[in-house]
Amino acid sequence: MALPPPDPQFVLRGTSAAVHTLHFSCGGPDPDIPLLFSGSENGFIHVWNLKTHRVDTALDGHGRKSVCCVKTMGGKDRLLSQGRDQRICLWHLAEGRTSVTDSLFTEHVGFCRCSLLQVAQGRWLMAMAARSLEEVQILELPSKTSVCTLKPEVGAKLGMPMCLKLWQPSCGSQPVLLAGYEDGSVVLWNVSMGKALSRLSCHQEPVMSLDFDSEKARGISGSSEKVLSIWSLNEQQNLQVYKTHELINAGISDITIRPDKKILATAGWDHRIRIFGWKKLKPLAVLDYHTAAAHCVSFSDHSSPRDRLLAAGSRDQRISVWSIYAHT
Amino acid sequence: MAAAPAPPGPGAALDLGLESLLREAVAAVDRAGEELVAALGAVRAALAAAGGPTALGERERALFGALLRRLARAPGAARPEGLWQCCFLEGPPGLVLCVLLEALGSAGSGLDPREVAVVLEQFLQQGRLSALLWEVCQPQAQAGCLELQGTLLSKIVCLPEHVSNKLLGKNPPVFFPQNYFPLLGDAVLQVLEKISDSLREEILGVLVPRLTDLTKSDCIWQRICWQLVECVPDRWMEAVVLGFVQRAPGADVLSRLLGNLVVKNKKAEFVVAQKMLLLQYGHTTAVLQNLLGYLALDSGRRPLLLRVLQDLLQTWSSSSAVKHSPAEQQLYISKAILICLSHLKEPEIASCRQELLTSMMEGVKCHLGSSLPQLRRLGMVVAESICSSINTEGPVLKFEYEEDDETRELKSLLVQTPSFCVVPSLPDNDRSEKAGAALPLVPERNENSCTAAPVKADEESDAELDSDDDLIPYDMSEDKELKLKAPMYIRDCIEVLTGSRPEDVDKWEATVKALESLVRRNPAATREVSVELAKILLHLEEKTCIEGFVELRQRAQVAVLVTDPIPVAKYLTSQFYSLNYSLRQRMDILDVLVLAAQELSCPKFHGKTKHSGVQKPCIQLLPESDSSKGWRRIVDERIKSKTRRFDTGQSRVELASCPNEFNSVAGYFFFPLIQHFDRPLTTFDLLGEDHLVLGRLVHTLAVLMYLAVNTVAVTAMGKALLEFVWALRFHTDSYVRQGLLSCISSLLLSVPTERILADMTEELLETQSWLGDVMEKDPDGDCRRLALQNLLLMENLKKKLEAVPS
Repeated sequence: MALPPPDPQFVLRGTSAAVHTLHFSCGGPDPDIPLLFSGSENGFIHVWNLKTHRVDTALDGHGRKSVCCVKTMGGKDRLLSQGRDQRICLWHLAEGRTSVTDSLFTEHVGFCRCSLLQVAQGRWLMAMAARSLEEVQILELPSKTSVCTLKPEVGAKLGMPMCLKLWQPSCGSQPVLLAGYEDGSVVLWNVSMGKALSRLSCHQEPVMSLDFDSEKARGISGSSEKVLSIWSLNEQQNLQVYKTHELINAGISDITIRPDKKILATAGWDHRIRIFGWKKLKPLAVLDYHTAAAHCVSFSDHSSPRDRLLAAGSRDQRISVWSIYAHT
Repeated sequence: MAAAPAPPGPGAALDLGLESLLREAVAAVDRAGEELVAALGAVRAALAAAGGPTALGERERALFGALLRRLARAPGAARPEGLWQCCFLEGPPGLVLCVLLEALGSAGSGLDPREVAVVLEQFLQQGRLSALLWEVCQPQAQAGCLELQGTLLSKIVCLPEHVSNKLLGKNPPVFFPQNYFPLLGDAVLQVLEKISDSLREEILGVLVPRLTDLTKSDCIWQRICWQLVECVPDRWMEAVVLGFVQRAPGADVLSRLLGNLVVKNKKAEFVVAQKMLLLQYGHTTAVLQNLLGYLALDSGRRPLLLRVLQDLLQTWSSSSAVKHSPAEQQLYISKAILICLSHLKEPEIASCRQELLTSMMEGVKCHLGSSLPQLRRLGMVVAESICSSINTEGPVLKFEYEEDDETRELKSLLVQTPSFCVVPSLPDNDRSEKAGAALPLVPERNENSCTAAPVKADEESDAELDSDDDLIPYDMSEDKELKLKAPMYIRDCIEVLTGSRPEDVDKWEATVKALESLVRRNPAATREVSVELAKILLHLEEKTCIEGFVELRQRAQVAVLVTDPIPVAKYLTSQFYSLNYSLRQRMDILDVLVLAAQELSCPKFHGKTKHSGVQKPCIQLLPESDSSKGWRRIVDERIKSKTRRFDTGQSRVELASCPNEFNSVAGYFFFPLIQHFDRPLTTFDLLGEDHLVLGRLVHTLAVLMYLAVNTVAVTAMGKALLEFVWALRFHTDSYVRQGLLSCISSLLLSVPTERILADMTEELLETQSWLGDVMEKDPDGDCRRLALQNLLLMENLKKKLEAVPS
């Protein structure tokens, strides 16, 4: 008889709005306090102290419009956030500051979260949905210079980009973008050439979230359907469906592979968090705690594997934090 | 002499004791004082112990008479107050009356005429007059002289004149002839009843048990008994047969006692086969079982049983009988049919299968057409039973109805083979043989139960080298399909409900379940689409099997109507009279109108959802909000059960203190419904076949009328309703008539008294005479009761008017 699924390690309450994005910052050396950033529908970014489980700071930079993406840039003092006010803000939080240092007008009205990739010390590339519907724009941060704009071929009818993942095959090589589109296809873009390398129609409905494991050259995507799709990238830079996995309930809003590539977590519209083994996509656990759709899942970046946490944010305004498969 | 020796018991010792006590008492009258009190007390005790004045013998009577006379003549001070009156009231009534009248006639030191009158009054009021008559009827009294009886008779008849002569007109009202003679009449009747009861009791109570014993093993006694009942003259046959049937402990005994009486005697046959079954319906089920079991027990009588069944079925399947006879009688007939069926054997049923089938079809038709649920259920149960007995193999008729005690009792009548009918000398070895034959069946069954479960093939041996083996999964058995989320917007609901995509069944279910709360939470959004939504809901059919679908739909409809009363009420009332609706839908409309009206008129109905703001002032105005809540609940229940007994005074005060949202819309609910009832459509004829809907309509109007209390439109509504009632007052369906009577009740309760008088006096007078007729003549018990209630309400109204000076 299998063990019953665990309860959350703790629950963070007090965002007073649906939680749309989560980001850990726990990798610092010992005196640093592990933090969790959460972005919620009322436009606030909360900085949670994971020792006290209290909010340290609440950042208000998106005019009370929903925050859909929060990322740290380097340390925990530099923050990037994206909101439905069509702005991407850069924050400096050192020494108790709570100010937006720079911001960027995306002119995009969709839900597509941006994707960040560090290419060198103090230099990042950011992919974001651009103003015209089907395009994705790549910028360099912090200079905000546009690197290129990825336009689908005429007549491709991909629809809006829904989710983006920037990655680098190996250190120093050309960055690559995986983008999931409204028509259910995933497209691999060569960023430097601005050219689509491969297109895979893996869903019938818009792709809601995807994640990619560059070591295994395998990715996973979820949509509003009942199916998870796992695809692989071969040497010829072609995307192929590797496997599909049928879910009990339809709708996946977020997928994250743990940094050690052993497990992955999905946030479902059915309020549940699902954990799978990444190698075979073996179902491992179903965490049923939330009472409304789960919006986001995130794994922590603790330096010691045993401290690793999983956090999930939901429309029920709560953030559940779990310690699951931390020892393996 | 201090304590009266308690008489040891009836018999010689008692006689002696009472006699000596009486002697002592007579002697004590002269001495008066304590001694007399003790002596009289002892006499009373002895008399009570002996069993009253009837137990007195000749000599004691004489002594008692002497005692009473001495008492009457004694001076007032010598008579212990209270005690002497008791002696008169407990003594032999004939004697007492004589002495009292003597005392009244003789002037002297004895009893004062007024004292006599008081005692006489008590004498009359305590029913001693009937005791007197009863005493005269006793055999030993009849042996006494006729002269005495004559005297007594004349005294009884002349009592009022006698008393009033003596009292010179100041006699108490009991002695007025108009009061006295009815009293006398009552007494005579009581005595007559007592005589008839005791006669029957005596004869049959002795005869039947004795004969039962004697006939048990003695065929000579059986013959004697048969002869006895056969020779009963026709005039008394009914009483004798009835007595035997009621008293016999079982059908077999009855059969022994009566023999083949019913075959030989026409009168007995009539009583058994017609009168007791078809004309009377007060007998218990046991009597019915006796009677029909008796018919079934002898081959000579079985043809009669078959004929009885046919007669019963004819009545059962006659539509006029269903319509006009009381429900109790129909239950009785149904029971009789079922008992008959339980007695009939296969070949007998086969011989009349066609007839049974025909009358079953007829009967089912008219029972299901009835508007009373009890009758419908009765029809279903009987039809099922008939069907199962005429048709042992093949498909069985099965209705859907809720089981209750009545249906269970009915069914038990059919299944049970009455044990007392079984001939007691059933060979015992036959039974054990059967049991023995049944026994070996049991072990056979167990044999193939333990089929070995196939060993699981090693399907999973497929080695997963590159696998997640180190990750041990948790229990995922709880990971079930999530109930689909219902739409969040009213317009989404409309889309889902009107959409015809078959894969959306789950969504459709969720929508139906969520609609009511959605409507209540978004009144503004609902108002934009209210009529459209009402239309969709009215036509909504059950797509999948949802638990409580009808209720869910109804609640949603009510919510829509409450949110936007005027346009939706207009729509629904117009649809009630339009083409192409089923009766069910029309009745749904009525239900929804009633529930919504109820909710509108009681703001507390949904206090939690939207009236919380409104509710607060109400609580301040009504300190006892709890009790008023209770009151409201009771009224709701009463309205539902369609019986109305209202505490009128209070209801007005409490209703007035709540804002009545029904006020402004009552007319929209009411008048369109009342307008078109007499215009038949091709598919819908209220005054013809569809009287069930008419009944519901009438009841709906009654409730709307009641809920319209204190509204502006109430008087106009009342007038219209009165005309409506008048037009339908002779409707044949009792459910409709009940509704009409409820209408009158509501009207009397809702319309202000002064408006009733000013605007509809004449109509009310007409109605009153109709109510009187209904109360006396209507075959339906509920109708009679409602009519009586209405008359009482009218009476109250009158009283209230008299109380208020105009």
